[in-house]
Amino acid sequence: MYPTKYTKAASIDDVLAALAAGEDAKLLAGGQTLLATMKQHLAAPSDLIDVRAIDGMSGVTTDGDTLVIGAATTHADVAGNADVQRLCPALASLAGGIGDPAVRYAGTIGGSIANNDPAADYPAGLLALGATIVTNTREIAADDFFEGLFTTALDEGEIITAVRVTAPAKAAYMKFRQPASLFALVGVCVADGAGGTRVAVTGAGEDGVFRHEGLEAALSGNWAAAATEGVSVDSDGLMSDMHGSADYRANLIKVLAKRAVDAS
Amino acid sequence: MKDGIGAPVKRKEDKRFTTGKGKYTDDIRNDNQAYAAFVRSPYAHAKVKGIDTSAAMAMDGVIDVLNGQQLTGDGIGNIICGWAITSKDGSPMNMGAWSALATEKVRYVGDAVAVVIAETQALARIAAEAVEVDYEELPVAAHIEAAMADGAPQIHDNAPGNQIYDWELGDEAATDAGLANAAHVTTLNITNNRLSPNPMEPRSAIATYDDAEEHYTLYTTSQNPHVARLVLSAFYNVAPEHKLRVIAPDVGGGFGAKIYIYPEEITCLWASMKTNRSIKWTSDRSEAFLTDAHGRDHVTTAHMGFDADGKITGFKIDTLANIGAYMSLFSSSVPTYLYAPLMSGQYNIQNIHCNVRTYYTNTVPVDAYRGAGRPEATYLVERMMETAAREMGMDPAELRRRNFVQEFPHQTPVLMQYDAGDFPKILQMAQDSADVSGFAARKAEAAKRGKLRGLGYSTFIEACGLAPSKAAGSLGAGVGLWESAEVRVNPVGSIEILTGSHSHGQGHETTFAQIVADRFDLPVENVSIVHGDTDKVQFGMGTYGSRSGPVGMSAVVKAMDKVEAKVKKIAAHTLEASEDDIVIEGGEVKVAGTDKSMAWHEVGLAAYVAHNLPDDMEPGLKETAFFDPVNFSFPSGAFICEVEVDPETGETEIVNFTSADDFGTIINPMIVEGQVHGGVTQGIGQAMLEQVVYDDDGQLLNGSYMDYAMPRAADVPSYSISHHEDSPSPNNPLGVKGCGEAGAIGAPPAVINAITDAIGTNDLAMPATPQAVWNAIQAAK
Amino acid sequence: MTNINMTVNGKAVSGDVPDETLLSEFLRENLRLTGTHVGCDTSQCGACVVHVDGKAIKSCSTLAVALEGADVTTIEGLANGGDLHPMQQAFNDNHGLQCGFCTPGMIMTSVDMVNRYKAEGKELTSDAIRDELEGNICRCTGYHNIVKSVEDAASKM
Repeated sequence: MYPTKYTKAASIDDVLAALAAGEDAKLLAGGQTLLATMKQHLAAPSDLIDVRAIDGMSGVTTDGDTLVIGAATTHADVAGNADVQRLCPALASLAGGIGDPAVRYAGTIGGSIANNDPAADYPAGLLALGATIVTNTREIAADDFFEGLFTTALDEGEIITAVRVTAPAKAAYMKFRQPASLFALVGVCVADGAGGTRVAVTGAGEDGVFRHEGLEAALSGNWAAAATEGVSVDSDGLMSDMHGSADYRANLIKVLAKRAVDAS
Repeated sequence: MKDGIGAPVKRKEDKRFTTGKGKYTDDIRNDNQAYAAFVRSPYAHAKVKGIDTSAAMAMDGVIDVLNGQQLTGDGIGNIICGWAITSKDGSPMNMGAWSALATEKVRYVGDAVAVVIAETQALARIAAEAVEVDYEELPVAAHIEAAMADGAPQIHDNAPGNQIYDWELGDEAATDAGLANAAHVTTLNITNNRLSPNPMEPRSAIATYDDAEEHYTLYTTSQNPHVARLVLSAFYNVAPEHKLRVIAPDVGGGFGAKIYIYPEEITCLWASMKTNRSIKWTSDRSEAFLTDAHGRDHVTTAHMGFDADGKITGFKIDTLANIGAYMSLFSSSVPTYLYAPLMSGQYNIQNIHCNVRTYYTNTVPVDAYRGAGRPEATYLVERMMETAAREMGMDPAELRRRNFVQEFPHQTPVLMQYDAGDFPKILQMAQDSADVSGFAARKAEAAKRGKLRGLGYSTFIEACGLAPSKAAGSLGAGVGLWESAEVRVNPVGSIEILTGSHSHGQGHETTFAQIVADRFDLPVENVSIVHGDTDKVQFGMGTYGSRSGPVGMSAVVKAMDKVEAKVKKIAAHTLEASEDDIVIEGGEVKVAGTDKSMAWHEVGLAAYVAHNLPDDMEPGLKETAFFDPVNFSFPSGAFICEVEVDPETGETEIVNFTSADDFGTIINPMIVEGQVHGGVTQGIGQAMLEQVVYDDDGQLLNGSYMDYAMPRAADVPSYSISHHEDSPSPNNPLGVKGCGEAGAIGAPPAVINAITDAIGTNDLAMPATPQAVWNAIQAAK
Repeated sequence: MTNINMTVNGKAVSGDVPDETLLSEFLRENLRLTGTHVGCDTSQCGACVVHVDGKAIKSCSTLAVALEGADVTTIEGLANGGDLHPMQQAFNDNHGLQCGFCTPGMIMTSVDMVNRYKAEGKELTSDAIRDELEGNICRCTGYHNIVKSVEDAASKM
């Protein structure tokens, strides 16, 4: 790795000061993507600002039927949290399927969505669940947050502090793994509740996570696996690579959506 | 004999591995250690026009940056291929020059052009990125088809059209006639997917030059340290053999990839002399994908003819093999003598012809990977049998039975003389174990769950125990393939076995001890194994080709014969009895039928104090032997794979995998079964997950575990394994046949035959990923 | 350079390391605890798994400087004096290793797995063991005997 300078921030103000001071400073949480990238000399940040020790950044609280998940909460802690399991088992299951057990002990929800890897699980979950991303300056609806490949609505110096998820009536996440990385080759999250009927897809879109209008329309008012049968999933705009063609991904979207509805 | 032959003795070597005390090459760090990092070509084919090292040299802590001109200028020789293949027109193979550091041209992405020596590994890697190389890009041939095409870029000047050789085995006219007279001919176009071996320990080397002694020491991740020393000395001119010590300490898996002597070891040795520092290099995984020799990569068209009774009338094979950018150490032998002689499989086939053309491409060299040639042959033969049975409407097991070799010895038309086996028996064992008769019911039950269930066979033979030296030499091998052993009985009676075999996971410290314990009726704890150090062990040929049992252990047995003879002489002399009456049992050397005996350790002591030995006897109790096999050994097996395919996603689950193996005599069933588990899993990896992918520019697209999928625990089933031990090899004293490669050889066709049975189409290539299976289902609709 | 202090295998250790030093590097190079292995650079293989504050994490994907005050256990610290941990013994008893390179990570992952399942009162089936081993790659054993080893140890832990 190229040399870097590590700072353990105790507050958001610490983070902002360190970000301003660093030439090319980056936030560090679980580091499960960033450190691998640095090892391969694909990233060389001047500074790493560790946000995990900031008060209130980790852990899950509830506000009625809304979950408030600190940005530095690990996947294992989301998966194992009794409130998450009670209010949104789909999210607990999604978190429990990210990477592998060691990755889940380290990786965080904030790190995952800030990176917005097009094959990451959380973006699909949060988009389908109509989550709200809370930052140090504002609240951003998931619909507005995920902008494209590795791109989000976050401004310079904007730090995710929490994610809010309101319990859906029904939801489930189904993932078909890319066999090497264990990321999603395709992942589909379906949710039905106060926020409407929402279907979000990760792993497949050329521009990252997206909602599938056709599946949403079919399921809206008819929450049944059979309702997906007549939906045509277009392969235009879907990724094609050695792990799966666009046609194959289109097929998986439909199959996984059907199975997710069944499982919800 | 509690710990003798056939006992599942727990491994003696495990404690150091389970407590973190194993000693692998990268665990070693010398005083004042310096580190190497290689400057590697980002292009698959380019001229090297200049190297600017100034920025790297200016970095604090960079010791030197060395290049190929300096290396060749110091007389370091080109890397060689050690097996000469002659084309069918009589011309020799076209071996292109391979310098450890490229001089004028780079030929694959990862080809090394310079090496940075620095005070830390991190700094060496950063400095390597600061070396500026001026490349002139050349057109690229990244695949066999591109290398063969008219006007293809010329990779080596002395290989016109990039062809290395055009070789054949067998009688073409007779085979054509056999096919012409056939009632049915099955034709297959088969690709054997390119694989990266991926032992979990990346390659590593630590080279140290002692300028006072003009002596080099190399710690390295090698399966065959003596071969490494020989080649480094005789061909690469690093140092004479007596001035070069090669040590392969604990080695974390090999699978073929650690047989070869790579540019990195050569360069580190040379650089240690140039800088007078101990030089350490350890590959990371990305570098391993770029530089470890790959395996397989064949494209084949084949025809098999059958008469009306289903008897094979002829088998004709035309294979194209990708050798990569340079000829690695055994690369030429893999698609020829380790391939074509296996085309008879377990079958009595009178007419076989196999033509093999090999080509350079702008990819990393391709050489032996677990099985080496035999998996490629077996995949072809066994998919052919299954496909032919389907085309002819026959039960695939019955078609095999009709063609099995039944009498031994059996001479095939492709060089091999099978010595022993019982193919119908092992097939029956596998069928019973797999409950083949219950398959139809299981298939119907799976259908109710929306799953497609399929069953596939693979009945295969290997040629192992590499190899009879004279035969190998007559076919072009540059070395003999015997093995050596020294058996040292110490004055206190404990025993050390010095073997030229090398264990990198196979458990020799246990199994070699077992054959000694068995012979002399001693506890295995009293026997230790010394291997992997050219200063300690006499010359030996190392471990590959399932040879440690049939060849390595046989050398130990020969040396034990000599020890036993001397022990009996000493005891007879001491106990005043006839040698013929001396027996060794229960830790004692006895006169049969009397109460006269000596403790085992008393014989050892007598040999060394030498106060009372027969007049013509030298003191001491230590014997050496070399064993050169008279034939290959022929392990065989029957695998049955049962799968369920999810037709909506193409995902395949292996629900049962049954193996019935004939490995001859089994020394330690626990370890043998472990070899089968691992080999079958690698075979499943080839069949369902693994494939190295280069794009047309020669860029490796899946050079990390983010994209190259290997089997994980949930990808494979628990295995059902049985052994047939009633046909021991007649050609070595223990009757062992070798077990290391069977799984990787036999498993791929069993898996693909099962999946194609499930989905009802034969048109499916490896790896049968969910996408590939789904595509095949769609295409067949 | 940053001075770091942590407890490794029950002993207080400290060292001055560059900030980019990974825990795996600190263990192997500074403390010379070479039982923790590095088999990949993308955090899939799991040969580097150690326990930090009781949880199995990948030491190749963790900065040493971030672990000030942490309690780290490596494969060298698992045995209790001369007594092997039941997981270590089970790997020997069931032939759960061949070349031994992935073994330290396998064992550390498996100990965490069994502890977690016991704490949560869940049944650790062979299928669950296979799923839990998704972050550890073995190229030698085919996993058959690793699964048996974990089952065996779980019954004794």
